[in-house]
Amino acid sequence: MFEVIFLQFLNGLDKGAAYALIALGLTLVFGTLGVVNFAHGALFMLGAFCAVLFRQLITLETVTLDPTKLSPWGSPLEIREPLVQAWFGDFGAVLLNYSVLFSILLTIPVMLVVGIALERGIIKHFYKRPHAEQILVTFGLAIVAQELIKSFFGPNPIPQPMPTDLRGAADIGAFLGMQANVITYPIWRLIYFLFAAVIIGGVFAFLQFTTFGMVVRAGMADRETVGLLGINIDKRFTIMFGLAAVVAGMAGVMYTPLLPPNYHIGMDFLVLSFVVVVVGGMGSLPGAVAAGFLLGILQSFASMTQVKDLIPGIDQIIIYLVAVVILLVRPRGLLGRRGVMEA
Amino acid sequence: MTLLKRGLSRRRVLQTGLAGIIGTGVAPMIFTKGAWAQEFCNNPTGDTVTFGLNLPLTGAYAEEGADEQKAYELAIKHLNGEGDGGLLNVLQPSALKGNGILGKKVAFVSSDSQTKSDVARAGATRMIERDGAIMITGGSSSGEAIAVQGLCQEMGVIFMAGLTHSNDTTGKDKKRYGFRHFFNAYQSGIGLAPVLGQEYGMDRRAYHLTADYTWGWTQEESIKNATEAMGWNTVAAVRTPLGSTDYSQYLTPILNSGADVLILNHYGLDMVNSLTQAVQFGMRDRQANGKDFQIVTPLISELMAKGAGESVKGIFGTSNWHWNLQDAGTIAFTKSFGAAYGSPPSQAAHTAYVQALLYADAVERAGTFYPPEVIKALEGHEFDGMGNGATLYRAEDHQCIKNVLVVRGNESPTSEFDVLNVVQEVPRETVAYDPAIFGGELGPSEPVPMC
Repeated sequence: MFEVIFLQFLNGLDKGAAYALIALGLTLVFGTLGVVNFAHGALFMLGAFCAVLFRQLITLETVTLDPTKLSPWGSPLEIREPLVQAWFGDFGAVLLNYSVLFSILLTIPVMLVVGIALERGIIKHFYKRPHAEQILVTFGLAIVAQELIKSFFGPNPIPQPMPTDLRGAADIGAFLGMQANVITYPIWRLIYFLFAAVIIGGVFAFLQFTTFGMVVRAGMADRETVGLLGINIDKRFTIMFGLAAVVAGMAGVMYTPLLPPNYHIGMDFLVLSFVVVVVGGMGSLPGAVAAGFLLGILQSFASMTQVKDLIPGIDQIIIYLVAVVILLVRPRGLLGRRGVMEA
Repeated sequence: MTLLKRGLSRRRVLQTGLAGIIGTGVAPMIFTKGAWAQEFCNNPTGDTVTFGLNLPLTGAYAEEGADEQKAYELAIKHLNGEGDGGLLNVLQPSALKGNGILGKKVAFVSSDSQTKSDVARAGATRMIERDGAIMITGGSSSGEAIAVQGLCQEMGVIFMAGLTHSNDTTGKDKKRYGFRHFFNAYQSGIGLAPVLGQEYGMDRRAYHLTADYTWGWTQEESIKNATEAMGWNTVAAVRTPLGSTDYSQYLTPILNSGADVLILNHYGLDMVNSLTQAVQFGMRDRQANGKDFQIVTPLISELMAKGAGESVKGIFGTSNWHWNLQDAGTIAFTKSFGAAYGSPPSQAAHTAYVQALLYADAVERAGTFYPPEVIKALEGHEFDGMGNGATLYRAEDHQCIKNVLVVRGNESPTSEFDVLNVVQEVPRETVAYDPAIFGGELGPSEPVPMC
């Protein structure tokens, strides 16, 4: 039984990492700019499609016909060779194998530009408008982004291969000195968890230990006073929006080997992430991370056969059930600031 | 009584009545074939006849839908006398002439069913009511097929199902206006179980992950029945929502459940995701109960195998048809489809193409588009040459009875298409069954409902 619980716990951490990573950006934007950003899921999706685009670019092929061999339908066999391998040889093969990781290099600048353009172009005009209007405009932006991606890449998921040596499972049980082959977990999911931990830690460290972060935190607490000190807080908040877009985009890239992305992938995560933010406390970074992991773990345990036998369908509703309870009992969320979301 | 007093004899009454009948034009409707020709839904009056293609172009089964669309377009070309003729040249017996159907050119309209039953039904309604479709065909999910089949029965339009594998389609939900060429879950169980027993032994413990809708339920039941009958135990059967993407929460409980076989009752993208993730969880490298852990996908297609890549190697399943069979029909269809689209056809494409031809052939044999006559022409029809060996369109449940293929993921493919190997052709006598076991009523073909 211990193995089962341990595996479900690992699974919960893995799911929680994805939730926390998206919720982190969402709550960062709410905490700094006061904007409820329904386009945040679309930023996750755009990041995932940066990986798709990168792969499509490096898998452009030359096609030659081999008249000595025939296809099953009698035409000369097509020999396809990736251009990148023809140009770069062994490094081309490495580039193809690790395309997901290399695509982060494309994703960071793209998402930074997208984030800053979005904030300067549209979202800044809605800072002082009601949350309902912010939600409408950002939701509209998300739909526009989805339709653009759909028109370029089609409606169906596009699988992204994970590097060959990172496929399969790691024997965590043996690593911890337990019986071999009992507690195993997919390597890429462990990488995703570590990646999320590093990004979350990095964002916290950036906000906690840099002057830039200190000013941003001060602006989050009292924007007007910081402005009166002669600091251009708007500029810093714009950069924070760009940073949130980069975090969402990288989360999307790293998720592509686990889940083939389609234009709708961001919306699937957005709803869950909003629940995470509400449960954690709107605008609270530690709250978003804690709630992300908590809900991931709860969802994982709710999927156990023994639990589902007791309460059928619980795995599908557990997250929303928790959200309802939290909103009833503690409207500001687990670690939310007093007064936020409270009457 | 006054009339009789004037001497109106029985003969005179009959003569007057007959003259009246002829005079009012009723006579041609009694004495000529096709008298009912004006009285059915979307009776084609011009020089074209329209097929309604209901295809899942988005959603979990989108790849199958896209391949079905290619096949229908090819079939319509061949029916209209264009291209190389494809299977028109090998269908036996055949009334097809390559000049359309009953001299009318075949056209089509299509609708994206999104792999959703309600959308499929709405699309079929639109194609019948707005576009005048004489026949509805397509679909890649049994949920869609059953929903559309019910609609077609209500509207008096024949439905030639695409890929649907649930026992219910020609079982408890069968309809007089619905016909299925594809095989079903029961036949998969009968065909696959002996091969699994031979390969993996009779003492196995199976864990099922099942798509939570009609097809998944009947496949789970059929495979459980077939494997338990030869001595396997079922540890658990867990339902997963159709269109799930992350299966990790369902896979982790399997690792230490005591099971040594995972049976994935998933199809399309669901199966690609669940199989790939199961392999990522190291299931194929595990030992359980002193045996190598195995994964089985009872229904598998080359499209799924291609999507699953390395993960599918060595995995057993069943298929309705496969492009590398060596009969004349398969060779003709693969050549035709490959030349048109640059890839071999999937089993979804094959069944779609065959259904289009079988409908057209039935209309030609009936000499009319009147649905009850076309139904009679299809019921009990024996044919050959379409790639599945001799085939019977069984009258009792409208299920085609033909050979079933047991296939296995190719360990050493020679091309990107060479992903499955046929390991056994199970003869149709072995997979035939009593249609009464699944219940259901076909319902009437007449009076023909008017759409």
